[in-house]
Amino acid sequence: MARMTMIEAIRNAHDLAMERDKRVVVFGEDVGYFGGVFRCTAGLQKKYGPHRCFDAPINESGIVGAGIGMAAYGLKPVVEIQFADYMYPAYDQIVSEAARLRHRSAGDFTCSMVIRMPTGGGIFGGQTHSQSPEALFTHVSGLKVVMPANPRDAKGLLLAAIEDPDPVIFLEPKRLYNGPFDGHHDRPVVPWKNHELGDVSEDYYTVPLGKAEIARAGEAVTVLAYGTMVYVAQAAAEEAGVDAEIIDLRTLLPLDLDAIEQSVRKTGRCIVIHEATKTSGFGAELSALVQERCFYHLEAPIVRVTGWDTPYPHAQEWTYFPGPERIKQAFTQVLEG
Amino acid sequence: MTEPRPLALHVPEPGCRPGDTPDFSDFEIPRAGAVRRPEVEEAPEDMRDMAFSVVRVLNKAGEAVGPWAGTLDAEALRNGLRHMMTLRQFDERMLKAQRQGKTSFYVQNLGEEAVACAFRMALEDGDMNFPTYRQAGLLIAGGYPMTQMMNQIYSNSADPLKGRQLPVMYSARDHGFFSVSGNLGTQFIQAVGWAMASAISHDTRIAAAWIGDGSTSENDFHAAMVFASTYKAPVILNIVNNQWAISTFQGMARGGAVTFAARGHGFGIPAIRVDGNDYLAVHAVAKWAAERARSGLGPSLIEHVTYRAGGHSTSDDPSAYRSKDEFSAWPLGDPIDRLKRHLITIGEWSEDRHTQAQAEIVDTVRSAQREAEANGTLISGDKPSPRSMFDDVFAEMPPHLREQRQEAGY
Repeated sequence: MARMTMIEAIRNAHDLAMERDKRVVVFGEDVGYFGGVFRCTAGLQKKYGPHRCFDAPINESGIVGAGIGMAAYGLKPVVEIQFADYMYPAYDQIVSEAARLRHRSAGDFTCSMVIRMPTGGGIFGGQTHSQSPEALFTHVSGLKVVMPANPRDAKGLLLAAIEDPDPVIFLEPKRLYNGPFDGHHDRPVVPWKNHELGDVSEDYYTVPLGKAEIARAGEAVTVLAYGTMVYVAQAAAEEAGVDAEIIDLRTLLPLDLDAIEQSVRKTGRCIVIHEATKTSGFGAELSALVQERCFYHLEAPIVRVTGWDTPYPHAQEWTYFPGPERIKQAFTQVLEG
Repeated sequence: MTEPRPLALHVPEPGCRPGDTPDFSDFEIPRAGAVRRPEVEEAPEDMRDMAFSVVRVLNKAGEAVGPWAGTLDAEALRNGLRHMMTLRQFDERMLKAQRQGKTSFYVQNLGEEAVACAFRMALEDGDMNFPTYRQAGLLIAGGYPMTQMMNQIYSNSADPLKGRQLPVMYSARDHGFFSVSGNLGTQFIQAVGWAMASAISHDTRIAAAWIGDGSTSENDFHAAMVFASTYKAPVILNIVNNQWAISTFQGMARGGAVTFAARGHGFGIPAIRVDGNDYLAVHAVAKWAAERARSGLGPSLIEHVTYRAGGHSTSDDPSAYRSKDEFSAWPLGDPIDRLKRHLITIGEWSEDRHTQAQAEIVDTVRSAQREAEANGTLISGDKPSPRSMFDDVFAEMPPHLREQRQEAGY
């Protein structure tokens, strides 16, 4: 067991996957010699050679498109899109090609590929380095969508994603790279080395896709969250003294509906939280599913706490960010309702 | 100082629209045999001339001449002729089947048969094509069963793609034919990725990318060129310039460039233009590019100059946007007529043998069609089960899809 940041855990997952399976190749912008702008691939080129870890031209459609061709050949590409905000030029390749290849060819060709993207804001990244585009992927048939919230899961989920026979979108909440950020931007972040979820086994292990985890057990209200929002919700619950059950979804597609249903039936109340904009966000899907499946157990309307329907601003990012205060208001609303 | 004049937008127009007389006098066509054949090792910057000429082997007299001649023996040429005749007959039957309502849509290859048929014979088994919807010749020449193609076109119970794909969007991995997307240009960069994977794996197989003149405008064309050039990928990049993208003439994609082949120069990729209606020339150029790829010399760009003699698909009427006489005025002629004439000229074919071969081909295609129709068509007979629609979204069906399948009644 070692203490690792999320960055170190992701790097370690790459390392073990490349060591274990010669088909794993890693590339993206600044990924090779330099090891990535967030250092998630540092040292891999030196260890495995430029054939297996290399820099790519600045062309996201090219990175994903070439990856699809490699996957069709039989390799297992793990590609990095430097920021999720840069994903849009690759969207056609992801939606029309990677996601549909198995179906349209009836399994003649498949696409076992991981597309990693640092996601989310709170780093003064402005509108082009802060977005959370998960709903643009969950809406597409044929993609799996994963977002870890701690180093242990980041490693295990990434290794499961690399093993998976289908394309996986792996969203990394970059505000969690160095510590469990709880939304109090005016306070120092506890580094992962001082947090028990920074305990990561150095061995090869996977965390199964499609399984949520209860981050905090409780009885009063169910909170559905993923990525950074898991810690923001925890801070809000502690500060408000609310016995919330916080579910870290970990995988958005396929979704662990059993875990969600079980919790909402117990608590009778539900809050859905995400950093992405509200309208047509993944929270709308969660809210609809809970309503469809748990309506007669609900004591109050479901409440969504999300980013506003504006671009992610630079100077006003903490107004945009759904912080602990807004979640506390939601607790009041859903508990008094 | 003079007053600035108001600017005006330049919107290019083809030289010929319905009612006009076709005029290809601007199209400079070198004599057959006149264009040099560079050594495969020649530096790309030393063979830039190749992008501004047209490699041709067959002359007007039906002789094979010049440095690109001699890559195929008479038996291979007779096979090539049969492949092209079969493809044309296949198109004819399937167009008729579409008009009879047996399927929804069809894309024919009329006038461009030499491009894919000859190219396929320059590849080895195991190489991978990333085709568009107009390279059925790769399958015909590669020996893929016609009945399977028809099963796909009919979306019937034996359709290898289980009724999921639009007609002609075949997939045949074992025949080196990647699943056709239908979105334009996406496969061009995928071919480069496949070729990179082959190089990463120290394999000996190569890839071939295909794109039309119109789709070279897509971003993925540029992505493929920069990746192929940067990593020296073992790939042949084919642009099929058939002059028309539905109703849009090739000048709309080419812009101010003199040729599509010249696009290779900015990337340091050797680029050759070839007479796409000359079976021998296409084969020779493809073989040259394959040798470069297999020797580790990297990508080559080939512009196949041809003419789309039919409509874009069964969904458009070309007489609405171009002259009806354009194909008869097209200076590179008909690929089948030209190869037939060559074989007769060298004493390896005759009118009688041609008539007999045509009768055999009509018979073969008809019996393939009968066999396919026994499995149903889009309007009659057995179809793939709707239950199977939920398969292959993922390798393993997740709970939400299982639930939706039940909800749909399967």
